[in-house]
Amino acid sequence: MADSALLTTADGRPLAQALAEAQGRARRRAFWLVVPLLLFVLVSFILPIGQMLHRSVHHDGFSANAPAVSAWFAANPPGTQPDEAAFAALAQDLRAMQANRTAGEAGTRVNYVLPESRSLFTKTARSAKDMTPPFKAALLAADPKWDDPRVWAAMRSSSSAYTADFYMVALDFERGPDGSLERVPENRQIYVYLFVKTFVLSGLITLICLLIGFPVAHLLATLPMARANLLMILVLLPFWTSLLVRTTSWMALLQGEGVINDLLVWIGVIAGDGRLRMINNQTGTIIVMTHILLPFMILPLYSVMRVIPPSYARAARSLGATSWTTFRRVYLPQTLPGIGAGSLLVFILAVGYYITPALVGGADGQLISNLIDFHMDKSNWSLAAALSAMLLVGVLILYWLYERLVGIDRLKLG
Amino acid sequence: MPADADGESSLAVTARAESFVEFDRVQKSYDGATLVVKDLNLSIAKGEFLTMLGPSGSGKTTCLMMLAGFETATSGEIRLDGRPINQVPPHKRGIGMVFQNYALFPHMTVAENLSFPLEVRGMARPEREAKIARALDMVQMGGFGSRRPAQLSGGQQQRIALARALVFDPGLVLMDEPLGALDKQLREHMQFEIKHLHESLGITVVYVTHDQGEALTMSDRIAVFNDGRIQQLAPPADLYERPGNSFVAGFIGENNRLPGTVEDRSGDKALVRLATGELIDATPVSITEKGSRTVVSIRPERVEFKPEMMPPGARTLDAEVVEVIYMGDILRTVLKVAGTDDFVMKMRNTLGQTRLAPGQKIKVGWHPQDARALDP
Repeated sequence: MADSALLTTADGRPLAQALAEAQGRARRRAFWLVVPLLLFVLVSFILPIGQMLHRSVHHDGFSANAPAVSAWFAANPPGTQPDEAAFAALAQDLRAMQANRTAGEAGTRVNYVLPESRSLFTKTARSAKDMTPPFKAALLAADPKWDDPRVWAAMRSSSSAYTADFYMVALDFERGPDGSLERVPENRQIYVYLFVKTFVLSGLITLICLLIGFPVAHLLATLPMARANLLMILVLLPFWTSLLVRTTSWMALLQGEGVINDLLVWIGVIAGDGRLRMINNQTGTIIVMTHILLPFMILPLYSVMRVIPPSYARAARSLGATSWTTFRRVYLPQTLPGIGAGSLLVFILAVGYYITPALVGGADGQLISNLIDFHMDKSNWSLAAALSAMLLVGVLILYWLYERLVGIDRLKLG
Repeated sequence: MPADADGESSLAVTARAESFVEFDRVQKSYDGATLVVKDLNLSIAKGEFLTMLGPSGSGKTTCLMMLAGFETATSGEIRLDGRPINQVPPHKRGIGMVFQNYALFPHMTVAENLSFPLEVRGMARPEREAKIARALDMVQMGGFGSRRPAQLSGGQQQRIALARALVFDPGLVLMDEPLGALDKQLREHMQFEIKHLHESLGITVVYVTHDQGEALTMSDRIAVFNDGRIQQLAPPADLYERPGNSFVAGFIGENNRLPGTVEDRSGDKALVRLATGELIDATPVSITEKGSRTVVSIRPERVEFKPEMMPPGARTLDAEVVEVIYMGDILRTVLKVAGTDDFVMKMRNTLGQTRLAPGQKIKVGWHPQDARALDP
């Protein structure tokens, strides 16, 4: 009467339990070995990202410093005309801000939603001490802008500490007078344009890397060892040179009076007064980023190509395929995991690249990460966090697409 | 156009005019300093199964690759059906090829693999499908069209590779150690199947292997390669029973070597004095004259120890049994003979066969035809 559902060991313990016990010791040992790394990743990576995501939806600059007005907003539904009680609460908060010197902080928060509101707060707060009822008249006397429904809409959306306002701003939207979302005027639309530009430029850089890297990787995979090693050193050279040395040499090469322009003028391709602008603009960003990201394309391609036996190409040729058909139908499909891995890697790195555009990008070669840096400089942490979070989501979507189209298990990085 | 070869009788004496594949004074060097293939002359008849056999580095695979078009001959001419093909790229040669690791395209199904050579020839879909079905049936893989190569066993992949090389009806099929990766039993089975396909389709096959058993079972003729040259080109039985030099004798089958000097030579008989002083009768093969040094080669299964099994008047040698290895169908007996202690005699394991014991003293002999005096 063997129990077919539950196998037991010779001494009667359940088999699954015995197996878990037997392997448990080894597993625990292995776990303790990776604990330092896990802690490191947690402290240096997961916590900061969590904090960043939190900051992108949390800002209590207004809600903490304007408790009375925040309470009024909580008590009255959106669209309610601000009454005397509301203005009284505002005057009370402004007095407190003046006393605690927090008007700037509260104004900054409202300023995200409605530009030029910060000065309204700092200016009015200075005179708030002497205000007497009726407060509406007193505040309007201090600044007629207090009658603007957009100001009240902005304050209402700032009155809760948790908000999606930073994402709204990062997508070039603002609050209308009735609290609804509307696009900001065209001359102030900047974030979406920069996101699109970042993704398009990264795509272009990825494509150039693929076109240049593919033949090089193939050469690496087919050359005899000694020569392949030499070529590999050339491929890895950008990694080994200091960033500043690299950038300086690109400047020497690409600038208006640089080596390439001199050469082109000398051989007569361009006229002396028609020198090409190849640095401190978008072109510079593309050239230099392609250079530094090329190894990330070549290495995964190489690792895939190295293990494709030459007999596949020979088989295709013997079956009657021309060399082009052999490449297209037999070789290329087998390099797809490498193309996928290399492109994903280069694209993700390019999307987040900051230093190169900052150094050689000039005015029109700046990417979204440079803008994130700009806001971090200005201590606009929440907006910087919202922009970063959107970048992260964009990259994750790409990763998900790759998983769906190619399969992450086919990712080969070397 | 060469006339159709009419069966096996014409094969051994193929005239130049009717050769289908011809290597004419072909040489190949990879580095410009040494020759991998030295002066190769070989003509293969239509419908013949020719095997290139040899140790690795002997030049046999290079010859196959030159024929397929993946290597170019450094000098000399290769002709296919009377037409020089040195300058013809591989995809225009119309030669089927089976590779050592099968080289089935991993990203295509079995049917797509087979369809590939037909598509690149611009064949219409219905015709393609009919041909693919026929080719798959031919290798008994009818139901496997939609599988991927990775889902097949080694033997199944081998069959598909074979079907793919045959599906576009090439007149010549090259096989580069196609059975090397299979286990022994499957290998023997596939040898039979390939031979059977060769006979039923009437195609010409050039087969490369380093496995002499495979070469002996399958081939019409075998070219034994060593050091970039063909050492002997002969049908299997000739090669085994009448090796032309000591390399062939040593490479094909097991072989006892007894060194000595030619004492007397008359016609097809030679008298050899072994290094230890004994005299034996032998058949001269690649020795020149009296007094020259020689190595006498005797197959272990042709060594006899019962006087009644030896021809009358045969000379015998004293032997001492070193060990007897039981191998099932045979008893492999290692003997100490004429100064060597690795002389092997194979005894069939028949009912009532004499069981020898180590240390036992016996006398061994053989038919003079089986003792071949070769170059030292």
